[in-house]
Amino acid sequence: MTLLDLANPTKFLSLTARVLPWLAGATAILLLIGLYQSAMAPDDYQQRATVKIMFIHVPNAWLSMFVWGVMSLSALGTLVWRHPLADVAAKAAAPIGAAFTFLALVTGSLWGKPMWGTYWEWDARLTSVLILFLMYLGLIALWRAVDDPSRAARAAAILTLVGAINLPIIKFSVDWWNTLHQPASVMRMGGPSLDKAFLIPLLVMALGFSLLFVTLHLAAMRNEILRRRVRALQMMQASQQAA
Amino acid sequence: MALGPYATFIVTSYALVAAVVLILIVWIAIDYRRQKAQLRELEASGVTRRSGRNATDIR
Repeated sequence: MTLLDLANPTKFLSLTARVLPWLAGATAILLLIGLYQSAMAPDDYQQRATVKIMFIHVPNAWLSMFVWGVMSLSALGTLVWRHPLADVAAKAAAPIGAAFTFLALVTGSLWGKPMWGTYWEWDARLTSVLILFLMYLGLIALWRAVDDPSRAARAAAILTLVGAINLPIIKFSVDWWNTLHQPASVMRMGGPSLDKAFLIPLLVMALGFSLLFVTLHLAAMRNEILRRRVRALQMMQASQQAA
Repeated sequence: MALGPYATFIVTSYALVAAVVLILIVWIAIDYRRQKAQLRELEASGVTRRSGRNATDIR
């Protein structure tokens, strides 16, 4: 099966039917291993047991940006290549990305209270991630507001590409401004600064959450294709009744 | 595994992530069933795809 074949929704549905059970199984196994490793990880000398929040906060924070990146590529697919599944992919990814961003914000807040003494601070990192969350909600609202999927797709694609400007701002906010949030400790020049006792569970959890995203995204794309079939058949039925 | 004085923050974080992930999974599963049911209903009423293929067949 080539990439071109996947442009055909029927072939895409057939592929998802075959790979989804395997992806779901691999996700469950990885997350279980990650959870076990997170539980067994030692306390940090400064943060004590709250370091365990890192194993769920960081993967959700990474995915909040990654999902917008996927949606930006899909937006290019909609506007430039007019790929038939591009806007399906973008629309299906938005609620999942919003959920990851919400979790990154709330777990960060629950980590911040014991470490910083506050649940929230209007600093560059926290504020830019909150803006990302609001942009996800805006996109979901836009898709719901416009009936015709192809019209909604073009408007959403433009909004997504404009919103992508926020991604480097989130990533480098801790370097460009004075923030309460710590600087990058995994994806940084010179390699990760984390000890292996924390780095390995973190990477396993990140891989598990990434697979979770792929699984949920494929399933949500399948639903969106079926929803469009329902819409097409309903329109056909209405025109038959009108004739 | 002793969580010490921060147990509330840690347990709440993990419980919240589990709850949101579960909601996502259930929402997607219910949506799938709903779309399939609607397609079956439309086909039962005599509306078929232009290709003539069964709309609910995804294999």
